[in-house]
Amino acid sequence: MKRYGIWKYFLILVVLGFGIVYSLPNLYAPDPAVQVSYTSSSQTADKFLEDRILNIIQESNLYTQIELEKDYVLIRTDSYQNQLKIKDLLSSSQMNDVVVALNLAPTTPDWLSDIGANPMKLGLDLRGGVHFLMQVDTDTAIKNRQDGTLQDLRIRFREEKIRYAQAKVDTDRSILLEFNNPETREKAEELIEDIYNQFNYPLTSDNDLSLKLFLSDLEIEQIESDAIDQNLTTLRNRVNELGVSEPIVQRQGKKRIVVQLPGIQDTAEAKNILGKTATLEFHLEAQMDTPRSRKTSYPFRNGLGAPAFLQDTIILGGDQVATAQASFDENGLPQVNITLDGDGGSKMNRATRGNIGKRLGVLFVEQKSRTIYERNELGQQIPVQESYEVKEIISLATIRAALGTTFRITGLDSPSESSELALLLRAGALAAPMTFVEERTVGPSLGADNIQAGVFSMQLGLLLVLGFILFYYRIFGIAASLALSFNIVLLVAIMSILSATLTLPGIAGIVLTVGMAVDANVLIFSRIREELKKGREPLEAIDAGYNRAFLTIWDANVTTLIVAVILLSYGTGPVKGFAITLSIGIITSMFTAIMGTRAFVNLIYGSRKNLERISI
Amino acid sequence: MNFNIDFLAWRKIALVLSSIFLLVSLSSLFLKELNWGLDFTGGTLVELSYPNEANIPQIRQNLIQGGFEGAQVANFGSSREVLIKLPGTVSDSLGSEIVSLLSTSNEGKTVDLRRIEYVGPQIGSELRDDGGTAMLIALAFMMLYIAFRFQSMFAGAAVIALVHDVIIVVGIFSLIQIEFDLTVLAALLAVIGYSLNDTIVVSDRIRENIRSMDAESTEEIINTSLNQTLGRTLITSLTTLLVLFSLFILGGELIKNFALALIFGVIVGTYSSIYIAANALIMMGLTKDHLKVEEAENADDNPLP
Repeated sequence: MKRYGIWKYFLILVVLGFGIVYSLPNLYAPDPAVQVSYTSSSQTADKFLEDRILNIIQESNLYTQIELEKDYVLIRTDSYQNQLKIKDLLSSSQMNDVVVALNLAPTTPDWLSDIGANPMKLGLDLRGGVHFLMQVDTDTAIKNRQDGTLQDLRIRFREEKIRYAQAKVDTDRSILLEFNNPETREKAEELIEDIYNQFNYPLTSDNDLSLKLFLSDLEIEQIESDAIDQNLTTLRNRVNELGVSEPIVQRQGKKRIVVQLPGIQDTAEAKNILGKTATLEFHLEAQMDTPRSRKTSYPFRNGLGAPAFLQDTIILGGDQVATAQASFDENGLPQVNITLDGDGGSKMNRATRGNIGKRLGVLFVEQKSRTIYERNELGQQIPVQESYEVKEIISLATIRAALGTTFRITGLDSPSESSELALLLRAGALAAPMTFVEERTVGPSLGADNIQAGVFSMQLGLLLVLGFILFYYRIFGIAASLALSFNIVLLVAIMSILSATLTLPGIAGIVLTVGMAVDANVLIFSRIREELKKGREPLEAIDAGYNRAFLTIWDANVTTLIVAVILLSYGTGPVKGFAITLSIGIITSMFTAIMGTRAFVNLIYGSRKNLERISI
Repeated sequence: MNFNIDFLAWRKIALVLSSIFLLVSLSSLFLKELNWGLDFTGGTLVELSYPNEANIPQIRQNLIQGGFEGAQVANFGSSREVLIKLPGTVSDSLGSEIVSLLSTSNEGKTVDLRRIEYVGPQIGSELRDDGGTAMLIALAFMMLYIAFRFQSMFAGAAVIALVHDVIIVVGIFSLIQIEFDLTVLAALLAVIGYSLNDTIVVSDRIRENIRSMDAESTEEIINTSLNQTLGRTLITSLTTLLVLFSLFILGGELIKNFALALIFGVIVGTYSSIYIAANALIMMGLTKDHLKVEEAENADDNPLP
C-alpha cells in the first residue's frame, strides 16, 4: 500500500480545525435586541444618546445589556416579549430624533469575531420579514424630463422672440413644436441644435411647420439608469427612516429593485412609505392675465378650498429640500418646517422677491398606480398596471416677504400627515413611480417553525444515513460517518465565511447533500469489496478501490455541480438558496469523502504489515 | 452485494413500461395540465394561524362579504392554519386587506399572520420562462460534458434518460395535481443532477468493461456492468431516499412538494439509469470500436486521488 504522506494528514487537520472554528459562531443563539440610531445620518450614536435611553428603560428591568456601537446603541434582551416591550417603551417616549428598530444581535464571542468568524445570515423565510420586488416605471421619468425641457424651451423661445403655435409633449414622448411659418421653424431648429444635445439629430417633422424632438437612445438609457439610481437612494433613505436593521435595497435586472426588510410585520405600512412617490412642487398662483396654456387648475387637498389656478412654471421641486421637520404652529396646528439647499434658497428668493403680495402655492404631487384592463392580440382581457399622478394644493399663502432657505408649510390635516410629509420630503422623491410586482412576507412564528422543521429533518436524515452506513460498512462506515459529519461542519463554515444566506430550501439542500455525499464512499467501498473478491490483498484492494472510483466520483459530481451552478445563475429566491448549499456541499463532500476517509482508513490499517482482513 | 441478474432479458418489458409511463404522463400534461403554483400564475396568497380550530365556512363567508369572491380557502398543515389563495389577482394590496379583514372579524381573538405572497402577472410568466430556460441549458451542458468525457452515444443515452425522468416526474405531478411551484422546479433540476449521477456511474463501468473484458457482445458487457454497479446504485438511492423522507415528514409544508418531487425523481432516476440509458446505448449500436480512438488518448484513466 502506498504511503500516505504526512502533509495530507496535516492538510486534513488544518481544514478540519478551520471548519470547526468558522462554523462555531452558528452555535451561539442571537439575542433579541433593539437598536436606536439618530434619524439624521450626519449624527453618530454617542454616550449622550445611550444615557437618554438608559433613563427611559432603567427602571423596567427588561434588558440584559446596553452597548454603544459605531452607528447605534444596542439594547440586548433575553426574550422576544421583552424586545417588543422595550421597543414600545422607546417609541412612545418623546425622542423624536431617533429611529428605533428591532434586531437580532449576534452573541459571537470576541475571540471568534476578531478572526472574522461570524454566523451565517438567515433568510427571511427563517427569521421573518418582508421581501418586495418593485418595477420602476422609467417611462414617467422620460416624460418628466421632456416636460422639463419643454418649459426651458418656452423661456428660450421667449428670449429669442421665436413665436410658436403649439408646444407640447406628445404621446410618443417626443416634444412636438408647431410654428406659423417655415422660417421660424428653421430658426427654432438652429437654436435647439445649439443648446440641447440630448435629441436625435437631424430633427424629424410631420410637415414643414412642425418639429418633433425625440430623445436619443443614449439619453434614454441615461435617464433610465439615473432614475433607478435615484430611486435606490431614496428607497435606502426611506428604509432607514422605517427603522430596520440589516435591510437590503438592491437593483435587480434593468428596471427592478429588491427590498428586503427583516423583522417588519406591518407590510401595509412599509409599502405605503416605500411606494409613495409624493413630492412637493412650489408654484406661483396664476394671475388674471396668465394665458390659459400656462396655467392649470388644481383642487385643494381634502377639499379645504375652491380649486385654484397655478402657473405651470415650477419654482422648485421637493428634491431641493435639505431637511424637513414636523412640528406645531402657534395655534397647535400641524406644520412642516422646511429648509432648502443653497440653490433652492436662491431660486425661491428670486421667485418671491418680485411677487410680494401674490400667493405661493404648494402642490402635493402623488404618484399612484391602478390596474386597467386591455385587450391583447388574442382578444383576451389582460390586466395592466398604469401609473398616474394626483396633484393637489396643500397650501396657498400670501407671500409677505421674500422667502429664503427656511420657511414652513401649514394647512395640514393632522400630526400624522405632517410627519409623513416631513418624512417623504426628507427621504427625497422617487425619480419615477414604482409598482410592487412581488411581495413575500413571512411572519415570525412561521420563521421559527421553519427553522425547527429544517433542524429536525436534518437531524433525522443524518441519523438514518449514519445508522445505515455504520451497520452496512462497519469500520469503513465509521470513516464515512466521520467524513459526512465533517462535511456538514465544512459546509456551514464556508457558508459563514461567504456570509451566504441560509434559507429553508438551503437547509433542504444540506439535507440532500447528506444523502448524496455518501455516494462517493459507497462507490469506493463497493470497489474495495470487489477487489477483495478478486483475491487481492486487503491493502492493495483499498488502494485500487480509491484509485478506480476517483474518476467516476469526479464525473458524477461535476455534472451535479453544473446543474447547481445553472440553478444559481437562473434561479431566484428559493431556488437560489437551494443551489448555494447544494454546490458548496458537492465541493466539500469531494474533499471529505475521498481524502478524509482515506486518511482515517490509513490510520487504522495502513501501519499493519500483514493485514488479513478488513471490516467493510 | 453480489448480483447476477439478466437485466437485458427484461429490457423489452421495460421499454413497454416506460412507453406507457411516458404516454400517461404526456396525456395528463395535455389534458389536465400542471397545477401551477402562485409563483407561476401570479396572484395573492395569505396564510393565517388561528388560536383554535379555524372555522373555514365562516372565513369563506367573511371573505365574500368583504368583497373577495373567488378566494380559495383551505386548511394548511393543521386545522388551525388556513391558506387563502386568490390566483391571478393583480393588486399588490389584497394580502394586507385580507389580513385586516379577518383579524377584525375574529371577535377580538388574535389571528397570527404566517405568510403573505403576492406575485405580479409579469413575474409569474417570467419565472416560468426562466425555469424552462434553466432546464434546457442544464440538459445542453450535461450533453456537452458527457460527450467530452465519454463519447457522443453516452451523451445521447444520458439525455434520453433525463428527458424520460423529467417527463415522468412532471407527469406524476400533473396526474395527482400537486402544486407545481418554484421549489418543485428546483427539485426537478436536482433530479436531473441526481439521475445523471447514476447514469454516469453505470456508463463509466460500461466504458471500463468494454476495454477490459473479452466478452462477445455489447449486451453482455452492459449486463455485467449493470450487475457490478447495482449494489452501489441501490445503496445511494436508499440513503438519498432516507433523507428525502425525513424532509417530507419533518420539513414542513413548504418543503413537502419539493421532497415529493425528489422522491419520485430518485425512484424513476434509478430505474432509468438501469434500463433506459443502457437500453439506449444498445439501440444506438455501441460497440468496442466506438471507444477505441478515445482509449489511445486517455491511456491512463486511473490518476491518483
